[in-house]
Amino acid sequence: MSGQPRISIKAEDLRRVYRRGPEEIAAVDGVSLEVEKGAFISVVGPSGSGKTTLINVLGCLDNPTSGRLALGDRVVFENGRGLSEAELTRVRREAFGYIFQKFYLISTLTVLENVVLPFTFFRKPGAGDDVGRILGLLGLDKRAGHLPGQLSGGEMQRVAIARALVNKPAILLADEPTGNLDTARSEEIGSTLKDLNEREGLTVVLVTHNPRLAGLAHRTIELQDGRVR
Amino acid sequence: MRKIGIFEVAYKNLLRKRTRSLLTVLGIGLAAWVLVSLFGFNKGYESSLNKDIDNLGFQMLIVAKGCPYEAATLMLKGGTGLKYMNEDILSAVASEPEVEGVTAMLMQVVFDPNKGESGGLAAFLGVDPSTFPTLKSALPFKAGAWFTEPLAYEAVFGYEVAELEQREVGDLYLIPEKEVEVRVVGVLERTGTQDDGTVFLPLRTVQRIFEIRDELTAVGIKVAKDADIAAFEEKMYKLPDVQVVSLSQVKTTIMTLVSTARVMVFSIALIAILIAMMGVVNTVLMSVMERRQEIGILKSMGALAGDVFKLVWLETVILCAGGGLLGTGLALLTARVTDVLVRNLLPYSPSGGLVVIDSGLVLMTLGIVTAVGLASGVYPSWKAARMRPLDTIRSEEGS
Repeated sequence: MSGQPRISIKAEDLRRVYRRGPEEIAAVDGVSLEVEKGAFISVVGPSGSGKTTLINVLGCLDNPTSGRLALGDRVVFENGRGLSEAELTRVRREAFGYIFQKFYLISTLTVLENVVLPFTFFRKPGAGDDVGRILGLLGLDKRAGHLPGQLSGGEMQRVAIARALVNKPAILLADEPTGNLDTARSEEIGSTLKDLNEREGLTVVLVTHNPRLAGLAHRTIELQDGRVR
Repeated sequence: MRKIGIFEVAYKNLLRKRTRSLLTVLGIGLAAWVLVSLFGFNKGYESSLNKDIDNLGFQMLIVAKGCPYEAATLMLKGGTGLKYMNEDILSAVASEPEVEGVTAMLMQVVFDPNKGESGGLAAFLGVDPSTFPTLKSALPFKAGAWFTEPLAYEAVFGYEVAELEQREVGDLYLIPEKEVEVRVVGVLERTGTQDDGTVFLPLRTVQRIFEIRDELTAVGIKVAKDADIAAFEEKMYKLPDVQVVSLSQVKTTIMTLVSTARVMVFSIALIAILIAMMGVVNTVLMSVMERRQEIGILKSMGALAGDVFKLVWLETVILCAGGGLLGTGLALLTARVTDVLVRNLLPYSPSGGLVVIDSGLVLMTLGIVTAVGLASGVYPSWKAARMRPLDTIRSEEGS
């Protein structure tokens, strides 16, 4: 995505605490990190270590409980004050593309319709001109008219990636994107993410259990009990 | 560049659970069907009743004292259980200054074993040849004309009775039970009124055949245009042993009977709409709950709360508008069947169409159903709009 504004993520002493009855659980506990523009970072750790919570906070899907979070020059959380849900939505659609373990494709929409679905709600200036190129890049150009039910798991995840990319995000957040795929398909998705990072300069933050996938990243952050090890 | 509109997304979302969407549309369609048919009946019945009354040729009828409903039926349809008045009433009425015309009538009914599969009643209306044709000048003849003389054994057949009996002008017709033959001298055109099923005979001939001397069953009165009908009606009430049936009374009496049925059907329609509305709320709410994660994804890709509200609301409106179209279509297709069913249920039905569905009615029903959809959609849409992406996504994604 050359020529677009780049944003880095800077997190300082981030905490995200949940209450479960009288108990307080710190899912993210004092994490500080910086994600440079064009970086490929993987986040690993055992189940319950806070990987998803961290990526949600970094991706503005959730406000932290304390700490400071900035996207480029914009501070989105500081001194216990975060953004409203509407403001978070605006930040999200400007900066991020998300992919998840489940693909969340609409079964009655074609591949192309699923990919351009974000434009129904928001279209960044200049976005949409290269949908065909994105489809080609992800090997979906010949599947544009197919319904999700006619695709393999790997293809469906690639559609989800294309959907995450159409609005030209600066950062792609991928939470266990290969969790539902077999080894071959996982490698396929891993190399796609690597390609997007290397050839398109896209910043990628990847949460994974898969060591081979994590190994594709420039840097790996290991979490345990909400802390960086 | 291909762009998918929010309407298309909403429509295609509904296709994901086709059976459920279809059943919901069907539920709304049935409610809309009842609604259109009901409004159509409301409109058709009143206009047909007015038409029947306009075709009577006189605005007031005097009959022997008895049941007012029977009198109303007698005035519009002819009837049995006849009561008689002396002919003297005629001169008493005719002498009033408000009266422009007056005509004597004697209705007789006999059992005709050859009518239908197991026999039926045949109605004969004795009319005064010197006054009746003048008052009923609007009656069109298909063939022939009125009687040649007051004591002639001649008959004028209404359109339907002529068809049923296969009679033409010049044919003879044997009056059942009486074994008397009359010659058909005229056949009326179809009028869409009770006249279609009546055999008209000269008044004196009927009196002679049925051995009824100097008695009548009804006197039709045409009141002068500038007369005070209410005051005249009061005056007529003073005549002994008769009752006055005026057009306004007939309308009121019949509409009172019909309005009871109408209130009942309105209540049913209202309940049907409420049930359909609950069905819509249930369907859309269920769909919203099933798509929690997906709504989260939509929000993560940039949909604001208002966008999600609009999407779910549109789904509701599509369901309701679809149901509305189905219901009005059904009502149009089944109007004739509804007409027959309602006709069998009512104590009196006018001759014209009972269910009249026009474009205004269709548009009004679609408007009501869509408004119901808009109202039904508010809660599920609001519920969907306030979902936070994290809560919905986290419900399946683990850490």
